[in-house]
Amino acid sequence: MGLEQIAFIVISLLALGLAGRAFLKIKNTIALGKEVALEKNPAERWKNTILVALGQKKMFKRWIPAIFHLFIYVAFLFTSLELIEIFIDGFTGQHRALAPMLGGFYTFIISLIEILSVLALIATVIFLWRRNLLKVPRLVKSEMDGWPTLDANIILILEIFLVCAVFLMNGTDIVLQGLDDPHYVKTGNFAITSWLGPMLFGGLDQSTLVVLERVGWWMHILTVFAFLNYLPISKHLHIFLAFPNVYFSRLSSRGEIENMPAIMNEVKSMMGLIPETEASMDEELPEFGAKDIFDLNWTNIMNAYACTECGRCTDVCPANSTGKKLSPRKIMMDIRDRATEVKANLESNDDQYKLDADKALDSTNYTDGKSLFDYISKEEIHACTTCNACVEACPIMINPLDPILALRRYEILTESAGPSEWLPMFTSVENSGSVWQVPNTREDWITS
Amino acid sequence: MNVKTMAQYAAEGKSPEVVFWVGCAGSFDARAQKVTKAFVNILNKAEIEFAILGNEESCTGDPARRAGNEFVFQMTAIQNVETLNGYNIKNIVTACPHCFNTLKNEYPALGGDYNVVHHTQYINQLFESGKLQVEGGAFKGKKITYHDSCYMGRVNGVYTVPRKLLQSLDIELVEMKRCKTKGLCCGAGGAQMFKEDEPGDKRINIERVEEALGTGAEIVAANCPFCLTMLGDGITAKDKQDAVSVYDISELIVQAIN
Repeated sequence: MGLEQIAFIVISLLALGLAGRAFLKIKNTIALGKEVALEKNPAERWKNTILVALGQKKMFKRWIPAIFHLFIYVAFLFTSLELIEIFIDGFTGQHRALAPMLGGFYTFIISLIEILSVLALIATVIFLWRRNLLKVPRLVKSEMDGWPTLDANIILILEIFLVCAVFLMNGTDIVLQGLDDPHYVKTGNFAITSWLGPMLFGGLDQSTLVVLERVGWWMHILTVFAFLNYLPISKHLHIFLAFPNVYFSRLSSRGEIENMPAIMNEVKSMMGLIPETEASMDEELPEFGAKDIFDLNWTNIMNAYACTECGRCTDVCPANSTGKKLSPRKIMMDIRDRATEVKANLESNDDQYKLDADKALDSTNYTDGKSLFDYISKEEIHACTTCNACVEACPIMINPLDPILALRRYEILTESAGPSEWLPMFTSVENSGSVWQVPNTREDWITS
Repeated sequence: MNVKTMAQYAAEGKSPEVVFWVGCAGSFDARAQKVTKAFVNILNKAEIEFAILGNEESCTGDPARRAGNEFVFQMTAIQNVETLNGYNIKNIVTACPHCFNTLKNEYPALGGDYNVVHHTQYINQLFESGKLQVEGGAFKGKKITYHDSCYMGRVNGVYTVPRKLLQSLDIELVEMKRCKTKGLCCGAGGAQMFKEDEPGDKRINIERVEEALGTGAEIVAANCPFCLTMLGDGITAKDKQDAVSVYDISELIVQAIN
């Protein structure tokens, strides 16, 4: 076994192991949310997944970014095929093991990857330009300052690296094939590197070419490994999470806000509609709504990790576009940041986070003196008109409205706080059955 | 105007074809009362046997629930479900998209299953069944823009029926840039109607009215009492109340069927 082979095996196992651990951690962070009864309709769910996640249907509401995004997306899918060969070669010490086996089909696939890589490169440059020079408004809002913008640029630059690696690897290979070294199996003419390779690398001496080919090959796989390990700390996780996110998105009407059976039964029992024993309200005053990530549904937390911060939600938010503090994207980013913080604290096993010092540290025995309200201000959640524009806009069916309403419920039901102007409305609905304090004569309009 | 309450029908041992859910705005708000009357005139003209609940009707609870007050929502909603089920009511029509949404989508979880339609859908059914015909061209050629309410539009996916009604008036329908699925909220939803805006650069209704005025339309048509208020206030704030009017679709239709 050669030194290169050993290096590959060690690096692969290390990279995949580390990435696997990080992905598992995210899965466990999402599981910190509440269980939720999802409507069972696999046919509808798969249809959504195929149309919206795989088929990018909702992306095409804005076709310019959609087309360029499609270039990168399809290039990513096909370049992943190339990884199969890289792994075979890396583990067995062969060179382009699939070429003799697949013949003309191999030439076709690699050519397709090359063409897609060029398109992806164009798209990447355009995305960098839109973000950094054109400054498309939704990409430069205040919540994008600092890390989120750097994060986006790092991903785009990694993509450029990957494309360069593909062309370096294939371009030098093509030239080496022409030098009749038997190690470099004949692959047929690739669409781009068959002319780009000789143009860039023709005339270099063979030993330099051999080194450059290896540099390209290693740069390719190392970029992939770097990318894989970067994903869990990046907004770019959407490339995987978009799929389960769409699959598990709610199927019931957008118009229905999640019912609260505990309160419904309490009210029914107060009205004498059901016996008191059926109303399962605890003696101690229970908490309603969401204060922290443990009170959100797990799907809300998955939404947060799936968000790629494109800002289509914030761009269409009526509150945000009239200068209010609310940004649906920021709500999702805050939930993710808070969930990540809580998970890190839980994993630290530090006694300071225990609510009860005698019990083990876990999600039911946790406090760090903070909550979602340290990330999301009341002013933000008060500004929402529940217009559903954000829900409609999200290309991967994230629902920012859901957690906003859960936070409102906490503020109103558990804290008995909230905008004081709402109090007269609550009181008059409760007392006179109308949103305004008027004498209860709902028929006066007939004669007025 | 011929209006009977559900209690009157019950006393006579009869049941109406449909219950007209008037809603708080339709009952008490002076502007929305005009819509209520316009719709009743349409129902009378089509000779529909309908009932209102009168004082037995309560707020559906939409703003309380969206503000986060589930207790108040449940109290009023369960009361309504009891009333509706008590009369064995199956068909409901309402001129308020918020009432429509809550009755249709939220009451089933509380034990209330009804066939709920919005008044624009109901009027469309009257046209389709031949019970009503548009006569005369009171609005012929007029430039009208239509404001999608969030709760009929994005939330319940009703975009074509209101437009179809407007087009039956032989008008010139001009769309705002943000329409249909991209329609901009008037600013009243989510219980915003009952509080001041959070600090910002502009009120949402002003943003929407600027867009409506930009179309050059003489009439802004809406389908929601809260949108009517917000758009009306916005137009007044822009001092355009003499040039541009805001109407509910039923207020336009009622003038074309007489």
